[in-house]
Amino acid sequence: MNRNLILGGALTGFFIMAALISFIWTPFDHTTMDIPNKLQGIGGEHLLGTDHFGRDILSMIMVGARTSIAVALVAVGIGMGIGIPLGLWAAARRGSLVDEIIMRGNDLVFAFPSLVIAILITAIFGASAINAIIAIGIFNIPVFARITRGAAISLWEREFILAARVAGKSAMRISTEHILPNVTNLLIVQGTIQFSLGILAEAGLSYVGLGAQPPTPSWGRMLADAQTLVSIAPHMALIPGFAIILTVLGLNLMGDGLRDYLDPRLRVSRT
Amino acid sequence: MLRYTVKRLLSLCISLAVASLVIFTVIEVAPGDPASFMLGMNAQPETLTALRTELGLDVSKPERYLTWVGGLLTGDFGTSYTYRTPVVDMIAARMWVSLPLALYALTLSTLIAFPAGIYAASRRGGAGDMGVMGATQLGVAVPNFWFAMMLVLVFSINLRWFAAGGFVGWDKGFWAGLHGLTLPAIALALPQAAILARVMRSSLLDVMGEDYMRTARAKGLTARQALWRHGLRNALIPVLTIIGLQFSFLLAGSIIIEQVFYLPGLGRLVFQSISARDLIVVESVVMLLVFSVIVVNFLVDLTYAAVDPRLRSRS
Repeated sequence: MNRNLILGGALTGFFIMAALISFIWTPFDHTTMDIPNKLQGIGGEHLLGTDHFGRDILSMIMVGARTSIAVALVAVGIGMGIGIPLGLWAAARRGSLVDEIIMRGNDLVFAFPSLVIAILITAIFGASAINAIIAIGIFNIPVFARITRGAAISLWEREFILAARVAGKSAMRISTEHILPNVTNLLIVQGTIQFSLGILAEAGLSYVGLGAQPPTPSWGRMLADAQTLVSIAPHMALIPGFAIILTVLGLNLMGDGLRDYLDPRLRVSRT
Repeated sequence: MLRYTVKRLLSLCISLAVASLVIFTVIEVAPGDPASFMLGMNAQPETLTALRTELGLDVSKPERYLTWVGGLLTGDFGTSYTYRTPVVDMIAARMWVSLPLALYALTLSTLIAFPAGIYAASRRGGAGDMGVMGATQLGVAVPNFWFAMMLVLVFSINLRWFAAGGFVGWDKGFWAGLHGLTLPAIALALPQAAILARVMRSSLLDVMGEDYMRTARAKGLTARQALWRHGLRNALIPVLTIIGLQFSFLLAGSIIIEQVFYLPGLGRLVFQSISARDLIVVESVVMLLVFSVIVVNFLVDLTYAAVDPRLRSRS
């Protein structure tokens, strides 16, 4: 075990726990407005203070964690679910037209400014958590396709794959039975990184009002609410900001740690 | 080199064609007819038809696509549905905010990342390296719009060094304009600088393990001399790729930062146009951004191939 993995895992675990606990218990109801107690500071009856409607910030952070994690997780799922098969397929047919089309398609998706497209999708089909997920998920597809293909191509040159081919296994079976298990570590590491990017993207989208809609709390929208009040109630901006930073930091550290732990040979500096 | 250039040029054209088709299709499936959106619920059918003709919405879809693409090629991006002004003029006006902002942020990010990356690589494993790497971990984790809010809180509201929002414009002079873009540029540059510093460091570390670096040391250069004369130049190639990518990212990615600072840039233009169903503006801006990304990537690839002949034969 290494330090990054422990620290990152602890941070990530902390927020996942907060999200899970919010299903059964939060200090206050996160939607209840309590105007007389609005804009209370940190400490006191409301541990992390209240917002401009007197809602309990800690409760909103806990429920907001749920939104962030769910959106990012499903977006990574979309990227993996489509990207990995595409990458395996391209690698199995490396150098062929299929490979070329898949890789050019990847380049094309990469060329689209992700944020603009996300905004386009959510704006055209309506702002909702689902559309935010799709918008973020689409851009995860080429990431996973590319990384899977890259790793799979070098595996295809190895002797144990040759042995499987000699034994008469189809390219499909080789891909699923021999290639996939050997690229799993890499994909898990990339998955954590994409997860953290997804959390940032979700925060950005809901900050501009295109993510989860009220009354579902989200960290990004809490920041949007805080913006005009930042001079009189800085805690409203600080707390969701720290929540985002710590979660993303945790996931990134966990990704680094996982990579070192799962495959020390891959220990190159992440970029 | 010529063969390679032609091949890449061909794939560039295909990418652009496919991209334009995708953008057009996505916009087309968008629910809501711009003409009825503009006239409201109680519009007369005749007025509606007249407006649709005026906007060019009454012809078939393939025909509209060809008109649009033909217009893009000749620099005529059409007329905005809501403002009734040429889209080209609207984009050009916004470009004067977005382009300088992206360049400013890129400059800042490079100025921070280069020294930080070189310093970390030369102190590999030491306290300085750990410090820089820790800072970059934090840098990539901070959402830039939140960082922007904090900058406003400290430097605009408390210290009053900068305006909290809006843009003075370039007619007040170059320095006034630059001053007005400073906070947004810093907010944009921070995560980019963190990524770039990491690329710089790892690229330098890769180069340091090369045989020619050992040769350089063997012929009597100090570690510092070898790094500056041989290491840096070779390490710069991957770094330049990332800078190229970051430029297009910054151009498109300023959308949220522009919201924080109420800057009249491309991002806000897209945003306003989407809510006003001014789809022709959206189409053109998105296409322009995609175009710049694809072309920058193409130029980076060409530069790569010109510098490193091995890349030409591989593709």
